[in-house]
Amino acid sequence: MEIDKNQLLRFTTAGSVDDGKSTLIGRLLYDSKAIFEDQLEAIENTSRKKGHEGVDLALFTDGLRDEREQGITIDVAYRYFTTPKRKFIIADTPGHIQYTRNMVTGASTANAALILIDARHGVIEQTKRHAFIASLLQIPHIIVCINKMDLVDYSEEVYENIINQFEEFSSKLYVKDIQFLPISALDGDNVVNRSTNMDWYKGAPLLYTLETMHISSDINKIDARFPVQTVLRPQREGFIDYRGYAGRVASGIFRPGDEVVILPSGFTSTIKSIDTMDGSLEEVFAPMSVTITLKDDIDISRGDMIVKENNQPKPLQEFDAMLCWFNNSPARPRAKYTIVHTSNEQKAMIKEVVYKIDINTYAREEQDKELKMNDIARISIRTTRPLMVDEYRDNRLTGSFVLIDDATHETVAAGMIV
Amino acid sequence: MSKYYLNYLDELESEAIYILREVWAQFQNPVILFSGGKDSILVTHLAKKAFYPSKIPFPLLHVDTGHNFPETIQFRDDLIKELGVQLIVGSVQESIDTGRVAEEKGKNATRNALQITTLLDAIENNKIDCAIGGGRRDEEKARAKERFFSHRDDFGQWDPKNQRPELWNLLNGKHFEGEHFRAFPISNWTEMDVWNYIKREDIKIPSLYLAHQREVVWRNDSWIPVSEFLKLEENEKIETKKIRFRTLGDITITGGIESEANTLEKIVAEVAAMKQTERGNRSDDKRSETAMEDRKRQGYF
Repeated sequence: MEIDKNQLLRFTTAGSVDDGKSTLIGRLLYDSKAIFEDQLEAIENTSRKKGHEGVDLALFTDGLRDEREQGITIDVAYRYFTTPKRKFIIADTPGHIQYTRNMVTGASTANAALILIDARHGVIEQTKRHAFIASLLQIPHIIVCINKMDLVDYSEEVYENIINQFEEFSSKLYVKDIQFLPISALDGDNVVNRSTNMDWYKGAPLLYTLETMHISSDINKIDARFPVQTVLRPQREGFIDYRGYAGRVASGIFRPGDEVVILPSGFTSTIKSIDTMDGSLEEVFAPMSVTITLKDDIDISRGDMIVKENNQPKPLQEFDAMLCWFNNSPARPRAKYTIVHTSNEQKAMIKEVVYKIDINTYAREEQDKELKMNDIARISIRTTRPLMVDEYRDNRLTGSFVLIDDATHETVAAGMIV
Repeated sequence: MSKYYLNYLDELESEAIYILREVWAQFQNPVILFSGGKDSILVTHLAKKAFYPSKIPFPLLHVDTGHNFPETIQFRDDLIKELGVQLIVGSVQESIDTGRVAEEKGKNATRNALQITTLLDAIENNKIDCAIGGGRRDEEKARAKERFFSHRDDFGQWDPKNQRPELWNLLNGKHFEGEHFRAFPISNWTEMDVWNYIKREDIKIPSLYLAHQREVVWRNDSWIPVSEFLKLEENEKIETKKIRFRTLGDITITGGIESEANTLEKIVAEVAAMKQTERGNRSDDKRSETAMEDRKRQGYF
């Protein structure tokens, strides 16, 4: 196995108990041998206790006691499997509207989204919800799995009709890449192996699609952004005057010799070296964690951003964002929250709720301005000092933020700058 | 294909370094929970990378059950010396002696659950506001629900149904006096990733992980090492086997497997072919279906 070249692919799944999501994940894990014998044995025992016939692969994805008792996923659960070509992380999220916040969370770091449709029911409200969230969070690739094909006689016509239904509403969304797949998770058709029941389908099975999906070009290599996490001053022999800025490249490419600007101060300097414990590097890009040193002594601290002179984010104190509200207590009008954007933190106030969005119909609601749990809205926000922002569409990491309630310290909302 | 991408081990490393630096930036008094097992050794190695050329800027905390493999203690002391960092020891024996906890009785008695009190006492006494652990989401079903930054209330308890959402790479470590956090930088690593990385980086690990001759007893479907703490049952007999350990915990509950793998290469090959999870040999997890969740809720690692 040539693991040196293997990439990591993060994908999210959303679905309800009935559309076969857990069975599909169970199938991927089982067929890629990520389920161990003792785990299988435990699932077999539980299946028997519950009176299920055979092994219910869906049980593998239940985690917490309440989830096992109620047979639902409440929280985001992360699953792992590896094939000779890639390592995969699945963010398995519940699909019910009540759990929008978990879908949003799982989607925030995903390269791809799997949307499941029950072939018998076609596009339902939940499908629209999942597609909306995938588009809102700018997941670059969407794979629509039309599942339970065995229950519709593997009919090409049913499959084509569902594609048409999907495309009708998805034209209103911003999605770069959509693929469709007819599968049967229960029997494994087109999951790992090509189905012998659907000769009319000429595409690849799901696993192959995931293994070969081109994700390198999804990384922003144009806009160089380096948020400073912390300053390293070793003050020990050999490093007496060392002053390094530790952080993770958010986007773009940095090289020693680059002319850089430090924001918000606006001071300029040149990159002297880019260091790691394994040696200095000639070129770095996202998502590498490194330490940058500069030719000049400048006062830089956590929250500052190193960028290039000819390509800078906008310093904004007032901007619009799509916001997802996460908390049981609704947003308080004109209340102050802590806004966390990259490594920077300021106070912020929601100035106005412009409109709320019904994520089932995509209709705008302009009368009801109260932000409640799982609501998604366009808002105007004002911060105490300017943030160095990009639009979320261009840059997921410098275009996103969360809000924290100072009274409870809870993360109450996530925002995407528009 | 573009050259601007990382392989998955580099990406996992970069993510862990990012999390460790966030811990340092967001907390006043963090520690690394060090058990002497491969996962905490890995976290320590990643911390070295995260702060290089500075030293690791926080101490290591070892919760000592008193039932140790002697090799583990030797390894711990050597590593502390090499890194030049402070070691804090929380002693379960001391918790027993001072009446904070009572020793379990019976054949399968262990000090596993007692560690919770010792750990929480050590966190409180040393005013620790973040304990960095080597927990991985692939280890156990309750751990699959863990956050990178996991909140604990002022009783040290975990509330899995009321966790803070973590989006993008934004981590919220805000807390009130008396509360603390657990941070899990290697959440996204699997056992296989850990071994592949240890091999790639040639990280020093205790010899217990490599196959060696040892006196053992067959109990609960695994080879339990003979030690002064082991009480032999009537029909049990001591045998000498070539074994190695997949995980390291308290010597009384850590079962070994028969193995010929005496190099990192051979371990990687062996783990790749494994049919049982690594915690399958840990009797602490066999007590009930939700044993881990129950312990974690109370403040376990």
